[in-house]
Amino acid sequence: MSAVKPGYARPLDLRTGRVGLAFGAGGRAMAQLIAELFARAFANDYLGRGDDGAVLPAPGPGERLVMSTDAHVVSPLFFPGGDIGSLSVHGTVNDLAVMGARPLYLAASFILEEGFPLADLARIVESMAAAARTAGVLVVTGDTKVVEQGKGDGVFITTTGVGALPAGRDPGGARARPGDVVLVSGRLGEHGMAIMAQRESLAFESEIVSDSAALNGLVEALYAAVPADAIRVLRDPTRGGLASTLNEIAAQSGVGMELDEAAIPVSPPVRAACELLGLDPLCVANEGQLVALCAPEHADALLAAMRAHPLGAEASRIGTATSDPQHFVQIRTGVGGWRMVDWLSGEQLPRIC
Amino acid sequence: MKYIDEFRDQALAAGLARAIAHEAGTGRDYAFMEFCGGHTHTLSRYGIADLLPPTLRMIHGPGCPVCVLPIGRVDMAIRLALSRPEVILCTYGDCLRVPASDGLSLLKAKAHGADVRMVYSTADALALARREPGREVVFFAIGFETTTPPTALVLREAARQGLANFSVICNHVLTPAAIAAILEPPGGNAPQAVQIDGFVGPAHVSTVIGSRPYEAFASTHRKPVVIAGFEPLDVMQAILMLLRQVNTGRAVVENEFTRAVTRDGNLKAQALVAEVFEPRPGFEWRGLGTLPDSALRIRVAFTAWDAEAKFDLGYTPVPDNKACECGAILRGVKSPIDCKLFGTVCTPETPMGSCMVSSEGACAAHYTYGRFRDLPLRASDTATPANQDTA
Ligand code: SF4
Repeated sequence: MSAVKPGYARPLDLRTGRVGLAFGAGGRAMAQLIAELFARAFANDYLGRGDDGAVLPAPGPGERLVMSTDAHVVSPLFFPGGDIGSLSVHGTVNDLAVMGARPLYLAASFILEEGFPLADLARIVESMAAAARTAGVLVVTGDTKVVEQGKGDGVFITTTGVGALPAGRDPGGARARPGDVVLVSGRLGEHGMAIMAQRESLAFESEIVSDSAALNGLVEALYAAVPADAIRVLRDPTRGGLASTLNEIAAQSGVGMELDEAAIPVSPPVRAACELLGLDPLCVANEGQLVALCAPEHADALLAAMRAHPLGAEASRIGTATSDPQHFVQIRTGVGGWRMVDWLSGEQLPRIC
Repeated sequence: MKYIDEFRDQALAAGLARAIAHEAGTGRDYAFMEFCGGHTHTLSRYGIADLLPPTLRMIHGPGCPVCVLPIGRVDMAIRLALSRPEVILCTYGDCLRVPASDGLSLLKAKAHGADVRMVYSTADALALARREPGREVVFFAIGFETTTPPTALVLREAARQGLANFSVICNHVLTPAAIAAILEPPGGNAPQAVQIDGFVGPAHVSTVIGSRPYEAFASTHRKPVVIAGFEPLDVMQAILMLLRQVNTGRAVVENEFTRAVTRDGNLKAQALVAEVFEPRPGFEWRGLGTLPDSALRIRVAFTAWDAEAKFDLGYTPVPDNKACECGAILRGVKSPIDCKLFGTVCTPETPMGSCMVSSEGACAAHYTYGRFRDLPLRASDTATPANQDTA
């Protein structure tokens, strides 16, 4: 450390220091924050150049670019199974992955609140960097703004990602056809319930841990298992949960769906927590699950490929797309009746009685 | 989850469905009212209509606390929260979205600058008052006998601690009064009454008040009552028990929910409630009008924590939106799809009436879980058959 004499005297106090307005003012303090925290954590050649943007190589022949962006405002910032940093990487990586793309680069923009502890910021940035390494993406450019105390919620992070879409892959919400099989990669509702339990300091018997994870590896495994064309739709059911995602796909594709409630994986703690609060696990957010609609003849192979991947060990075939001019998503309940699975309306609120 | 799975078993459900069909196969029609919004939710959420014979109709009752809350009471809370910046108004989630006057709801009042917050429990409200000594924390309390003891508890606790910045707007209502009002419509106008052969009695409410309060009522009105839990098989079992009573000419109180309900209920909770609350001479219900001795108010000894007295809140009754059929639905006279606003102007995103707010409300339950059943009707735009099952 002492060999290199940077252009300023004292290093950032990442232990007890706090975010000051100067960190966003474009001067020396900001340069110091970028150099000592962001550039160090995300270290790569593109970012290291310190320019206003990153010059990136074009994707391979036949490939197309996919771009996606996502703002993260989660509260609390740290929760069992993750934090806003890793979440901001997973969110955008997953948006690219479910487009069939191989995520390559991220841009990250931070809105920091004056007074926010640098130690927490460092924890968040380190966790982001680790998530990016695991997902195999580089954070190549970024931006930092600081807002006055009381005008932010600690940290907001927006990530924008670019990925390469190999030729032949073209999953899209409008491509489902009647007869297609609906698969999910695992247990639903873990992320949303982990956040809710933490936010409302609800003490459940067993801790619920967020499923936050990067899905690009799983997606690659799926494309390796079946012809690219067999995968009609990929989605990560985040806010609004499985219910909103399936309604979205049904509307985009102009199909209905029939699901089997008994086949939908929900862990006992999440079920119990939802039960207690009067929430529907199908409407609760996920950050590491994948929904796939696939041509029926390849469904078994796709399910096997999901189960062979660590993130899809509890994958399940949960239903089929139908021809329904109303695009209703219906579900056979545990006792054998039928009901609709509707969009989540407003926020999920715990029941009173 | 073993405990719950037993009450959701498909084979058992199929067996019960067969027994119900057999018992109902007498050539006549049956109509039962599920009093509780929780049962309305269960019927819809599990698609139980598919497991019942067409001759058996379930009618939604007024047992959703959010649905029966009249506009005037919500207005009262909104006026208080908007006019007094020192007030933090807190309440349970669903209350926030109940439509009130001037296109407002508590949630919209919040967007207009009122400090309105959602709490999960009365204890949270009390804790908030302790955390914010410089503010006035007002808890907008609603609910039937189930939610009353927790409110009584925090009132007693606030009094014990001398917590001067905490108070309660009490909207707690009583189940037996509402059931009586269904069978004896206010003013005795018979055409408003609906054929009901029996009641699926409340679950959680009965854990507090026991089964005894329904006994006089069952014998006077000759209506069987079966108290049932909220699991799908509980409700189906209760329906079977009601059918058997009707078919054998009996009208007594039976208890399907013996794992939680006794004849006398929770005496400790009852004593607590009696210590803090007393009956109100009259209280307005949405859909049922003003019913005597049908709600609770805070006793004089606790006046310092009674927000109605503390902030001198007056009650102004406000008529419901003219096109909204909530009133008739709460009396069991109409079904959600009888309302012109259902699914067009009135949706869970834009509720016009209270029945579209909580998932226990008849309109919200039917919209969210059951509206696919209406489609043949909607498509051809024919009139609604009188006995359309909306569960
Ligand atoms: S649809 Fe809306 S307006 Fe009509 S009765 Fe139901 S809640 Fe009231």
